[in-house]
Amino acid sequence: MPSPAPAPNRSARTHLAPAPAPAPAPKETSMPSLVLAHTRYLLIEQIRVPIAILASAFFPAISMVAFVVPFAGRDPVAATTATGSLMFFGAMSAALIGLGNSVAQERELPWNPYLRTLPAGPLPRFAGRILATLAVMLISVIPVLVVAALFTEAAITPARLLLGFGALVAGVVPFMLMGLFVGFRLASKAAMAVSQLLFFPMAILGGLLLPPQVLPRFVQDVSSYVPTRGAAELIWWAIADARPSALSLVMLAVWTAAMAAAAAWAYRRDEGRRFS
Amino acid sequence: MTVLARAIDATRRYGDVLALDHVSLDLRAGELVGLLGPNGAGKSTLINLFAGLRRPTSGTVELFGGSPLDPVRRRGIGVTPQETGLPESLRVGEITDFVSAHFPDRVGTPELLARFGLGDLARRQVGGLSGGQRRRLAVALAFAGRPRLVFLDEPTTGLDVEARRALWDGIRSFHEEGGTVLLTSHYLEEIEALAERVLVVGSGRVLADDTVGAVRGMVGTRRVSLVADRLPELPGVLAAERAGDRFDLVVSDPDRLVVALVRSGAPFSGLEIRPATLEEAFLALTAEPAAHA
Repeated sequence: MPSPAPAPNRSARTHLAPAPAPAPAPKETSMPSLVLAHTRYLLIEQIRVPIAILASAFFPAISMVAFVVPFAGRDPVAATTATGSLMFFGAMSAALIGLGNSVAQERELPWNPYLRTLPAGPLPRFAGRILATLAVMLISVIPVLVVAALFTEAAITPARLLLGFGALVAGVVPFMLMGLFVGFRLASKAAMAVSQLLFFPMAILGGLLLPPQVLPRFVQDVSSYVPTRGAAELIWWAIADARPSALSLVMLAVWTAAMAAAAAWAYRRDEGRRFS
Repeated sequence: MTVLARAIDATRRYGDVLALDHVSLDLRAGELVGLLGPNGAGKSTLINLFAGLRRPTSGTVELFGGSPLDPVRRRGIGVTPQETGLPESLRVGEITDFVSAHFPDRVGTPELLARFGLGDLARRQVGGLSGGQRRRLAVALAFAGRPRLVFLDEPTTGLDVEARRALWDGIRSFHEEGGTVLLTSHYLEEIEALAERVLVVGSGRVLADDTVGAVRGMVGTRRVSLVADRLPELPGVLAAERAGDRFDLVVSDPDRLVVALVRSGAPFSGLEIRPATLEEAFLALTAEPAAHA
């Protein structure tokens, strides 16, 4: 073997190998700090390439300006509920389309198996993804809120606003799970198409773009059975004290449970296929 | 010596494909092991088993005495990601921070980047790095958590000669400090320069597991080189080449050849006898199963 030329920086060499005993007190890798590291990394990615955030924020904000401001802006109750509907529209887009795409894309990169060699189980990754999606979701609903505050008679107490955000987060859960299901099950191009195909019909059927009362009769008949309707009613309840129908809320719970089972199945199947 | 990683009769199938076929081996503390084999021989599968990415279909794989699937065991290893998959929008410093966050004992981002000549690039997005810079970042990440054992898969592919030598120095110094390395490479020169022990795998089996010198010697041929006007008839010459007045002979028994050469009385000078290169040994070892098929 040729004898190695002495490295010029040998004296200044830093140590990559484990420190010899007595080792300095190791910094701990606590679960919260790992979750934070994953959340930060996923958020940076989203913010540097903000297509998903813009997509989630843009359409509902435009809809506010184009439809809600001129047609419902003077009616405080109608303006408030419409604002809630369009905020949910944006949040749902971030949850279903955003999460579905990012999970599907990430599965295709060799970075993904590398992450599994790092000393962490699946929890920090998963929690980081959910937290990053929630953060993007909350950012993307702000423009709608701003338009509502500036240009309509929509009015809300701070307590009800907080309650509304709670309802928004609760209502978006089945759509996050649906996004995970799509992302774990499909290739990224298919995930993009399928998540959009699911998104728009559900948004319309649930009464997010037009109030359910003005929808055609046959749409009203199915409306209570789509999860968007239950989520919307939950939000209207929180912000405008509009009493929800029991059927819609029960269906929301049923969808949440069904989507949780589907997402868990898709996750395990994907893990088994690629890493068993 | 302490065994850091161990495979006991490990077999791995992907459907009908047998990627590893009853492999048993130990990686001991302080070793620098070169893993050689043609594409599809089972090198990646072996590393994937040790890194906890895959389970063996049968047999056992251990890491620090436990299962590689246990995240706590993986605190002691470092793995190179494929540089093509690094997240494009993250900065070099951010990605290093992120990977480091997983380990209790960290080198620290500034120090690690400086060590791999990436200190000036900490604020550069990965998407803006050259191929060589990405490769160096990928290798640096394997060392982020002060591992006891690193798996370096093709660490210098795509690097220029200078960068490759710098990285070799880094790997050697890690090894001198007591670190253990399992290295794969397409460059046999690299294995020859760095490794003490060589594992040759082919068709999912370990074909050879010995020192570099011993593996080189396994093919049982030597290169004899000498300067002469002409050569007499010599015994055991398997191949001969002439460049100007220098002859290069591949021979099975150099001692007998030299005796015959001296007895012939033919004038010659500049006699050199070299063992076969690792590349020749590798080709001979991995060609064998195909020849029998």
